[in-house]
Amino acid sequence: MIGGRGGALIGLGVAGLILCLTLGTLAAVAWRAEAASGLGPADWAALRFTLLQAALSATVSAALAVPVARAFARRRFRGRGVLIALLGAPFILPVIVAVLGLLAVFGRSGLMNDALRALGLPEVSIYGLQGVLVAHVFLNLPLATRLVLQGWAAIPAERFRLAASLGLGPAEVGRFLERPMLRAVLPGAWVAVFVLCLTSFAVALTLGGGPAATTLELAIYQAFRFDFDLSRAALLAAVQFALCLAAAGLAAGVARPAGLGAGLDRPVDRRDAGSPWLRVQDGAVIAAASLFLLLPLAMVLLRGVPQLGALPGPVWEAAARSVAVALASTLLCVALALPLAIAAVDLRRGGRWLEAAGMLGLATSPLVLGTGLFVLLRPLVRPADLALPVTVLVNAVMALPFVLRALLPALRDLRAGYGRLAESLGLAGMARLRLLTLPRLRAPLGFGAGLAAALSMGDLGVIALFADQRTETLPLQLYRLMGAYRMDAAAGAAVLLLGLSLGLFRAFDRGGRGHAGP
Amino acid sequence: MRHFLIAAGLLSAGIAAAQDAPVLTVYTYDSFVSEWGPGPKVEAAFEAICTCDLRFVATGDGAELLSRLRLEGAATEADIVLGLDSNLTAAAAATGLFAPHALGMRDYDLPVVWDDPMFVPYDWGYFAFVHDKARLPDPPASFEALAASDVSIIIQDPRASTPGLGLLLWVKAAYPDRAAGIWEGLADNIVTVTPGWSESYGLFLQGEADMVLSYTTSPAYHLIAEGDDSKAAASFTEGHYLQIEVAGAIASTDVPDLADRFLAFMVSEEFQKVIPQTNWMYPAVTPPGGLPAGFDTLITPARALIYPPGEAARIRIEALTEWQTALSR
Amino acid sequence: MLVLDRLRIVQDDFTLTADFTVPTGARVAVIGPSGAGKSTLLAAVAGFVPLAAGRILWNGQDLAPLPPGARPLSILFQDQNLFPHLTVTRNIGLGLRPDLRLDRAQQARVAAALERVGLAGLGARLPAQLSGGQQGRVALARVLLRARPLLLLDEPFAALGPALKAEMLDLVAEIAAETGSTVLMVSHEPADARRFAPLSVLVAEGRAAPPAPTAALLDNPPPALAAYLGR
Repeated sequence: MIGGRGGALIGLGVAGLILCLTLGTLAAVAWRAEAASGLGPADWAALRFTLLQAALSATVSAALAVPVARAFARRRFRGRGVLIALLGAPFILPVIVAVLGLLAVFGRSGLMNDALRALGLPEVSIYGLQGVLVAHVFLNLPLATRLVLQGWAAIPAERFRLAASLGLGPAEVGRFLERPMLRAVLPGAWVAVFVLCLTSFAVALTLGGGPAATTLELAIYQAFRFDFDLSRAALLAAVQFALCLAAAGLAAGVARPAGLGAGLDRPVDRRDAGSPWLRVQDGAVIAAASLFLLLPLAMVLLRGVPQLGALPGPVWEAAARSVAVALASTLLCVALALPLAIAAVDLRRGGRWLEAAGMLGLATSPLVLGTGLFVLLRPLVRPADLALPVTVLVNAVMALPFVLRALLPALRDLRAGYGRLAESLGLAGMARLRLLTLPRLRAPLGFGAGLAAALSMGDLGVIALFADQRTETLPLQLYRLMGAYRMDAAAGAAVLLLGLSLGLFRAFDRGGRGHAGP
Repeated sequence: MRHFLIAAGLLSAGIAAAQDAPVLTVYTYDSFVSEWGPGPKVEAAFEAICTCDLRFVATGDGAELLSRLRLEGAATEADIVLGLDSNLTAAAAATGLFAPHALGMRDYDLPVVWDDPMFVPYDWGYFAFVHDKARLPDPPASFEALAASDVSIIIQDPRASTPGLGLLLWVKAAYPDRAAGIWEGLADNIVTVTPGWSESYGLFLQGEADMVLSYTTSPAYHLIAEGDDSKAAASFTEGHYLQIEVAGAIASTDVPDLADRFLAFMVSEEFQKVIPQTNWMYPAVTPPGGLPAGFDTLITPARALIYPPGEAARIRIEALTEWQTALSR
Repeated sequence: MLVLDRLRIVQDDFTLTADFTVPTGARVAVIGPSGAGKSTLLAAVAGFVPLAAGRILWNGQDLAPLPPGARPLSILFQDQNLFPHLTVTRNIGLGLRPDLRLDRAQQARVAAALERVGLAGLGARLPAQLSGGQQGRVALARVLLRARPLLLLDEPFAALGPALKAEMLDLVAEIAAETGSTVLMVSHEPADARRFAPLSVLVAEGRAAPPAPTAALLDNPPPALAAYLGR
């Protein structure tokens, strides 16, 4: 036991809190519904499209993440760390900023079509399923790559040393070291992207080109907004939950522990990847991924940087507020994730369930969560009084799955490698946390905290129902600027948001990475 | 210690004064209260005359406003709900939460007669397709011409956006029997459908389409705020659908007199003169000074289309199915 | 006195029984074919493997309710005996207090233990900066400080060369003598067993036999052991 009985209880408590916030709010919405209703044909069409785009997006993202992560795992070069951090940026962008950036490259008057026209070639339309895929891969390839890259980093240097001593080439290293690692890591990455795409709606609709690209989340939105059909909203949200659980179950069934054991933190020396051909290949992969992920960001910067100086005061105030909220929700998120992850690894039977509970945040429709909380809390307090605490809490729960994903494999490896030694020495409770768990988990903790902070920055005050005049965040200000025709100022605010999110991510991630990290 | 006591005394006196002033809670949509919306000016102007504390509570857009109100029911904190549009008033009235207003019959500067007993209009506008005059010198002049052309447009989803719903009703009002056919004709002109107005307009400004669904008043923003006269709205021969934004008082309010005063204030000059250059809509009562310079350059549709409140809600379902079927092919 | 009282360990289709006593202060080799269950036997005593039946007693006290860290024993595994992110000093200090809040006297004891195993001055290093033999010495220094009456060795020195291994075993013998420990040591090398352990437990065919004099056992092995020894 890493956390002991007390640790398991805290873990169970956290799981309970998450259940209340996710399934509990769903139940509250259903309970508040005035009449029961079923799913119509349009809802089934939305379900089919949702599944199709999410499965395709997850598969493409996971498949592309493998060569990109492998190239990064094999190469050491100046600026590698900065590049990896930058490539993570699309994941934390507010959706509308990402879409505008993508369209500046792939849109009808984007760079790509400009180039095609200049060459006298036919234009390519991004709108349609291909556009949904491009956008979802753009947004999620960074996450998938990071998850897979962590898998690579977790292969002990000793194994590569052994491989080098045996004269194993890239093919054999792939077969004996990398493939088992991928089998352990890739299903989790796939599910993370799948579930993220499951709840997407603005991207899917905008780039999908029309109502054929309707997702479940849009159907939920419609049920709330126009039909005020709470029971249908709750039903659709329940379907969304079921899909997420099914996907997580599937991944758990496919994944196998890598069984590559623990090492002594020696620096990795990749003798297997020294050939010039592999260098060229890895270089090309890194260049292509960078181009795909950074060009849209560059367009966002190009447009927004000149506007930075002219940003109105309220934008800066909102930025400060967003940073404060992000820091608070990061702290809370880590405080929730750590005991939950420890309990999930400790408890043999219940562990899977705890893990699943932690992942529920991903499957939650923000709209249902916000409405459920509102229904539950409104009889007790003025919603506006809770604007900031609720934002902090919801952001923490929404980011929890990512932090858990980062922590769990590392925690499992830690137990496999040093669990018995720690137990034989009676290393338990807080001492174990301080001396073993925290120091050994520094890298994934830093990564997870960075993600939580960045995600919280980019969150659009999910809980519109709780919002009040004095609590608007930077993304909300960005939308307000756009809503008031001020697209240029919005572009400036987007750059500010991007910079702050990346800065926070980088600060945490760096803090976590000693020589042990990727 | 004495200083502390004095300070505490002053502080509590200040709080008591604030508590004594009656509070008027106004639920509205988000862009109304933003720094660039009418909210801040309206609040200052009303508080200067009401000896009250005007508090805005913002929730998404007009449709979400109504959802929130239904969620809260009679226990709502709202005294006034501001920002519903004429397509939503039937559903709003059906909640039974609104009280008749005390303004009586007034002569509004609207293209149609307004005699609703519960809801008071504060601004209005026509939906229209906006384009860049340099890039599209000869815009289509009707839905049919648009459908026959290869002009590209970006619209909003009627399930998620108020202008999107407006376009749905616009087509239906212009072609009651042929709406499905019109949509089929438009299908290849539509570059994409966005969840909200902001996304559409942002995409349009970035050059993703020749035209965007917006308002006839949109070019006024570019002209007045940016000194840019390149944008124009295309005038359609079928007429343009009207959006009228309204407010109503909640029946269970504990400050009914103050609520009535606010509604009266809303159609007064102090409120109305703020509207054109913050909400970029036409005021419901044209201020004595007239409209700001630049509004005279806007197109004036020959025909105003609008469904009576009850009918809009009924037609919406049928029109939505037509829209979805035509565009899902 | 360590008593294995009608012990039965079941893991899937593998079963191991043991029913014998090890006298206090004895040094016992655990020998037998690969996969017979030598490590499993030690893991059961250490508390990592649940018992299907029987009891393990130390000086009359049933160890069942005690978690591994609270049992009157120290164990060294085949590998991962040191935490790679902690310095040598801290790794050893864990033997005194698992929360490492050491007072001055305790710090002095850590330094003394380091010196006792011949690593004076290397306390600030990380395990990866040590040779295999040095890593073994660090682990033994920790054993010294833990001063538990029972020491279980699951081939921690298997990776070392013969001379180095002999040196380590001598060090173990000295430490065991200083602390009066009873030692159970898994071994593959008859020579190690002869050198170190007057008594041997033969683990074969699902049973751990009572301790018998090592020399006699090796000179006149039963069939299972003979096959393993290649005779």
